[in-house]
Amino acid sequence: MESNSKTEFVIDLENKKVTITKEFDAPLENVWRAWTESDLLDQWWAPKPFFAKTKFMDFKVGGRRFYAMVSPEGQEHWSIQKYTSISPKTNFKMYNTFADKDENPQLPGSNWDVNFSEQNGTTKVYIIIINESIDRMKKMIEMGFEAGLTATLGTLDELLQILQ
Amino acid sequence: MNLRRDVFQAIADPTRRTILVLVASQAMTAGAIASNFNTARPTVSKHLQILTECKLLKQEQNGREINYHLNPDKMKEIANFIEPFRKMWDDRFNKLETVLKNLKKDGK
Repeated sequence: MESNSKTEFVIDLENKKVTITKEFDAPLENVWRAWTESDLLDQWWAPKPFFAKTKFMDFKVGGRRFYAMVSPEGQEHWSIQKYTSISPKTNFKMYNTFADKDENPQLPGSNWDVNFSEQNGTTKVYIIIINESIDRMKKMIEMGFEAGLTATLGTLDELLQILQ
Repeated sequence: MNLRRDVFQAIADPTRRTILVLVASQAMTAGAIASNFNTARPTVSKHLQILTECKLLKQEQNGREINYHLNPDKMKEIANFIEPFRKMWDDRFNKLETVLKNLKKDGK
């Protein structure tokens, strides 16, 4: 699996902010689609061995995506993304909360500002996530901890299989 | 949950981060640390107490003085805490690149 460019991270605890920048060797049109169409999103949103499952997604201002990250053991971590602003192929904003399986949001949440720009066939995605509380930020990173740790183990499994 | 003993909370405060940077270069007394701030001495003491409770700082008795040291092991724990989050995004984006490659192939 090759990586076109390194992912840039800035974690700003004081402002409860995380910024993520990444360039993709793909046209803007396709990158925008991969972020805004549920069947494409489900193919990449969850780091392996987790998988993403979108129950519904209504990509319009005021619309929502209700989805789960499912662990290999079948444990479902539900989230709601509510779209608050959409400028096609340029930017969308959403309000993200963890939720239970019955769509009850667990406040506080985080505000996402996802920006897209194309230059010479390369598409840059710049994400700003602002959490409503430091505990929410911690929880977001902890979720990443669980997923990231399992992803590491998943990759290790794969490597071991190749070595056999 | 006792928030004051939470390492994550501890480093979210700018004064406490400045204290960690100060102490990183050399062990210092509470007085020497406080002289770097305009805030009242008890406020700085409170910050030192929180950092010590979180084990980010270690106290060492030196004659009549107490020196504060940085605990590098605890600092490393914080870096380790954040690293998997970074990894999760790397993994996510690797998959996104595959999705994008397939979109290109399909010419859709």
